[in-house]
Amino acid sequence: MLKISNLSVSVENKLIINNLDLEIDEGKKVAVMGPNGSGKSTLSNVISGKPGYDIKEGSIEFEDTDILKVDPEERATMGIFMAFQYPVEIPGIANSSFLRTAINSIRKKNNIDPVNTRIFLEEINQIASKLGLDKSFLSRDMNAGFSGGEKKKNEILQLLLLKPKLCVLDEIDSGLDIDSLKVISKGISEYSNKKNSMLIITHYQRLLDHVIPDEVHIFNNGKIVESGDHNLVKILEEKGYKEFS
Amino acid sequence: MRTSDDTTKLVEEASRYKYGFTTNIEQDLAPKGLNKDIVRFISQKKNEPKWLLEWRLKAFETLEKRKDNLPTWANLKYDKIDFQDIHYYAAPKSEDDKPKSLDEVDPELLRAYDKLGIPLKEQEFLAGVKNSHKVAVDAVFDSVSVATTFKSELSKLGIIFCSFSEAVATHPDLVKKYLGTVVPVNDNYFSTLNSAVFSDGSFVYIPPGVRCPMELSTYFRINAANTGQFERTLIIADKNSYVSYLEGCTAPMRDENQLHAAVVELVALENAEIKYSTVQNWYPGDKNGKGGIYNFVTKRGICQEAHSKISWTQVETGSAVTWKYPSVILKGDYSSGEFYSVALSHNCQQADTGTKMIHIGKNTSSRIVSKGISAGRGQQTYRGLVSILPKADNTKNFTQCDSLLIGNDCGAHTVPYIDVRNKSSDVAHEASTSKISEEQLFFCLQRGITEEDATALIVNGFCREVFKSLPMEFAVEAKKLLELSLEGAVG
Ligand SMILES: Nc1ncnc2c1ncn2[C@@H]1O[C@H](COP(=O)(O)OP(=O)(O)O)[C@@H](O)[C@H]1O
Ligand SMILES: [Mg+2]
Repeated sequence: MLKISNLSVSVENKLIINNLDLEIDEGKKVAVMGPNGSGKSTLSNVISGKPGYDIKEGSIEFEDTDILKVDPEERATMGIFMAFQYPVEIPGIANSSFLRTAINSIRKKNNIDPVNTRIFLEEINQIASKLGLDKSFLSRDMNAGFSGGEKKKNEILQLLLLKPKLCVLDEIDSGLDIDSLKVISKGISEYSNKKNSMLIITHYQRLLDHVIPDEVHIFNNGKIVESGDHNLVKILEEKGYKEFS
Repeated sequence: MRTSDDTTKLVEEASRYKYGFTTNIEQDLAPKGLNKDIVRFISQKKNEPKWLLEWRLKAFETLEKRKDNLPTWANLKYDKIDFQDIHYYAAPKSEDDKPKSLDEVDPELLRAYDKLGIPLKEQEFLAGVKNSHKVAVDAVFDSVSVATTFKSELSKLGIIFCSFSEAVATHPDLVKKYLGTVVPVNDNYFSTLNSAVFSDGSFVYIPPGVRCPMELSTYFRINAANTGQFERTLIIADKNSYVSYLEGCTAPMRDENQLHAAVVELVALENAEIKYSTVQNWYPGDKNGKGGIYNFVTKRGICQEAHSKISWTQVETGSAVTWKYPSVILKGDYSSGEFYSVALSHNCQQADTGTKMIHIGKNTSSRIVSKGISAGRGQQTYRGLVSILPKADNTKNFTQCDSLLIGNDCGAHTVPYIDVRNKSSDVAHEASTSKISEEQLFFCLQRGITEEDATALIVNGFCREVFKSLPMEFAVEAKKLLELSLEGAVG
C-alpha cells in the first residue's frame, strides 16, 4: 500500500530524514518508534503532503502512484489519513459541520453525492458514543478548548468517519490517561482490517500493548536502525533508545 | 506549495463580479451638476411639498458653506470626487406613470431583480414560506422606490412601510417630526449633501405595541452610469414595538467610481426595539482598483426613551471605499445599543468602518463586535467611539474587535476611542489580530477540504458571532457572499 524508497528530507538545510526505506503492505500494522526529535512527525507530514519540506531524494508511492507531487487534499481523497500529534483548533466552526465538510469534500472528488444529513448524524453520534464522547461534543467548536484527550479522540472520530485506507497515527497515545488510551486503542483495533494499513508512530510502548503491530521499526536520526516483530518493543523498553543509534 | 501563477489565476476568476450586469432601461436623468436648480429639479420631479423643498435648499446652503471640506480623518485614499460631474437624479422612465402594482412594473426591471435573485413577487413569498419568515420588499432601483409588497397585510396592523417619497405625501407629519433629528443636516459633508439631493429610500413606522410580523427589506441597486445614489431612510418604532429591517445592496460593474451617500435614521421610543441588518456588496472595483463604489454612509439611531434597543448588524463585502459608522445614541435610561460587523477588504478595497455608542442615559449598555478581514492588498480600519457622559451612571460597554489577515500585502488597523466621564461605568475592550495559520489550513487540506473551502470555513468561523445575529435567510446569503468575495484570496 505504501512504499517509501530512499527518502531524504531536510528543513532549513537540516537533514531530518536520511535515506529512509519503509514499506507497509495492505492489511498490516507497522509501528515506528523513536525518541523525541528523531523525525517522526516530519515523516508523517511528508507522507500526508504538508508544505515546507525539502524533499532531497527518493519517492513515496501509495498504491503504486508516486504521491510526492500530489496535493495534500488529493492524498486525503486517495485514502491517506493522518492523526495529528497536535490537532488544530478552528474557532467558530462546530465539530459536526467540520466533519460534514470533510466527508462531503472527499465524496465530491470521488463523484459521490453529499451524505444524507440524517444518516450522517446517526453515524457520528454512534462513533462519538463508542469513543465515550457526549453528544454535545459534536456541537462544540472544532477542537477549541478541548482537553488533550478529547482532541485525540476527535482524531479517531474523524478516522472512523472518513474510513481511510492508510492511517498515519502520529503519537496518538501522547497525553492520554489509561481509560482514554484503552478507548482509542479499541477504536483503532476495530477499524484495522485486511484492506487497510496503519503506520503507528509512537514514543512509548504502552499503545502497542493494546494494538499489536505486525512489524516494529526503531527510528533514530531520520532512519531505521533496527527492525523486528512485536518482541522488539519489549527489548526497547528494557534497553532504551540509547542502545539503538 | 502553490505557485504564484495559480494564485494569479484564482484572483482573476474571483474578480469577475457576479452582479456585474447593467439593465437597459431608459433613464429619466437630471443634468450633471450640483446647484440650487438641481435641488429644485429633484424636488419637483417628486412633487414634494414646499416645506421639504425649503429644507433641501437650506441643506444646500449649508453645503456651500462647507466648501469642499470632506472628512479627512479616515484611513482612506481615493481620487478627489468631482461633485459637479454627477447626475443627482435618475429614475427609470416608467416612473412617469407610476406602477400601482407589480404587474405594472417594467418587466425589464423585474428581470433585473430576478437576475439579482431578489424574490420580489408576492406569490414567491406566499408559496411555501412560513409566516414568521415573510419578507416585505421595498426595492430602490437607482433613485426611485418601485414596488412595495405586503403593504396591505402590514397596513392592517397600522404599520407604514413605503418609499420615503410616498411617506412625504401620505404621512407628512411623521416625516416632518423626525427627519434630520437623528442625523442633523450639518452632521458631516455627506449628510449635508444627502439632505440637499436625496432621492428616495424607505420609510417605516411601527405603531405602539405592534410587533412587526415579518422582516422588512429594501434592496438597493445602482444602475445608471455616473449617478450618485442618495437614499434617505427613516424608521420609527413607537412605544413597545419591534421591527427587523434588512437592507441588501448591489451595483453593476463600471470602470468609473460611483458615489453613494445614504443617510439612515432610526428612532426607538419607550421599550421599542429596532434591528437593522445590512448586507452590502456594491461593486468593489477590479483587482487593480479600477472602478467600484465610493460608499459614504451616515447611519445613526437614537434610543429616545427608556428600555429601548437598537441593534446594527452589517456585512460589508463590497465597495471600493467604505466610510461607515452606524451608531447609537443611548438617551433613554436602560436603553441598549449593539453593533455587529463583518467587513471584508480584498484586492484594492479600503474600508474605514466602526461605530459610535453615545451613552447619555443611566444604566445604558452597549456591545460592539467587529470582525475585519483583509485579503490581497485590502486595507481595513476599525474606528469606534465609546462615549460615556457624566450623567450616565452604571453604564456598560463591551467591545471586541478582531482582525483576520489573509496573505502578506493587506493591512488591519484598530482605532478605538474611549471617552469615559462617569466613574460608575464599566468599559471593556478586547482586540486581536490573527492570520489564517498554515497549521489550520493544512489540517483542513489533510481532511480532504480544498484550500478555498478551508479558507471559507475558517473565515466563517471567525465571523460566526456576527452571522448569528443576522436573520436566518440573510445569514445564509452573507456566508455565500463572503465565500464569493474571498475566492482566490489564498495562495
Ligand atoms: N519546520 C521546522 N523548522 C525547523 N526545524 C524543524 C521543523 N520541523 C521539524 N524540525 C526539526 O526536525 C527534527 C525532527 O522533528 P520532528 O519530526 O517533529 O520529530 P519527532 O516528531 O520525532 O519528535 C527536530 O530537530 C525539529 O526541531
Ligand atoms: Mg512528533
